[in-house]
Amino acid sequence: MTATLEPVLATAPAPQAAPEPEAPTRQLVIINWSSEFDKVMPTLILASAAAAGGMKTHVFLTFWGLLPFVKDEKRITGDNWMQKMLSFMQRPGISHTKMSKMNFFGMGGWMIGKLRKQYNVAGLPELLEACMAMGVDFMPCQMTMDLYGLKREDMIDGLGEPVGAATVLELMTQPNTADLFI
Amino acid sequence: MTAEQIALTVDAKGLSCPMPIVKTAQAIKQVESGALIEVLSTDAGSVKDFDAWSRSTGNPMVESSVDGTVYRFVIRKK
Repeated sequence: MTATLEPVLATAPAPQAAPEPEAPTRQLVIINWSSEFDKVMPTLILASAAAAGGMKTHVFLTFWGLLPFVKDEKRITGDNWMQKMLSFMQRPGISHTKMSKMNFFGMGGWMIGKLRKQYNVAGLPELLEACMAMGVDFMPCQMTMDLYGLKREDMIDGLGEPVGAATVLELMTQPNTADLFI
Repeated sequence: MTAEQIALTVDAKGLSCPMPIVKTAQAIKQVESGALIEVLSTDAGSVKDFDAWSRSTGNPMVESSVDGTVYRFVIRKK
């Protein structure tokens, strides 16, 4: 028996180790629900740092969190009186955010601004620029745009196509992906 | 002491998180694989940050030192 097998075994190719599967790319998905300065700031810091660290980074802009990504120059947005009033009361734009605590009619925001300048900490426009430069994928929520009457032209450049919950959930459940709700 | 030439220096002195990391990530794209870049920072938190960044991105940290208030990181692009 062995006599007939040996020549066959001698010519059989050496067994190879299975090729190592490539680890799936590390990802970060942030659901940015908030519009206040002290909440958008960690979103943008984490997003830019993650992208700088080689993580594929996605930020889903939904509910209040979509408003800071409207162009700074747009003061009033929306079609009907309710949507217009919404933008009147919650000023859109990245340069117009307020503190979530101790805003004191703007005093709190002003003080944070002074502290930032003193310690050379980046503000929101600079952080947003850093995110864009690092290729962070900003995904506006289609449903929020409809609700607020926001159009493509109202929004800043550099945002991705509007998406919905299913897109975000699919991303969040991919392997090697960290998720945050801010 | 590295006798090799530094291809690019990132002056992040005076900048706070996340800017030192962001500027380094942008700078490293500009050099060839295998080249060395040098980052100067005054942010105390950046010591651990750059260690972590080096592990995340796979670009090995060649040297991590401090001279007075200035931290110096030498990183090789993988």
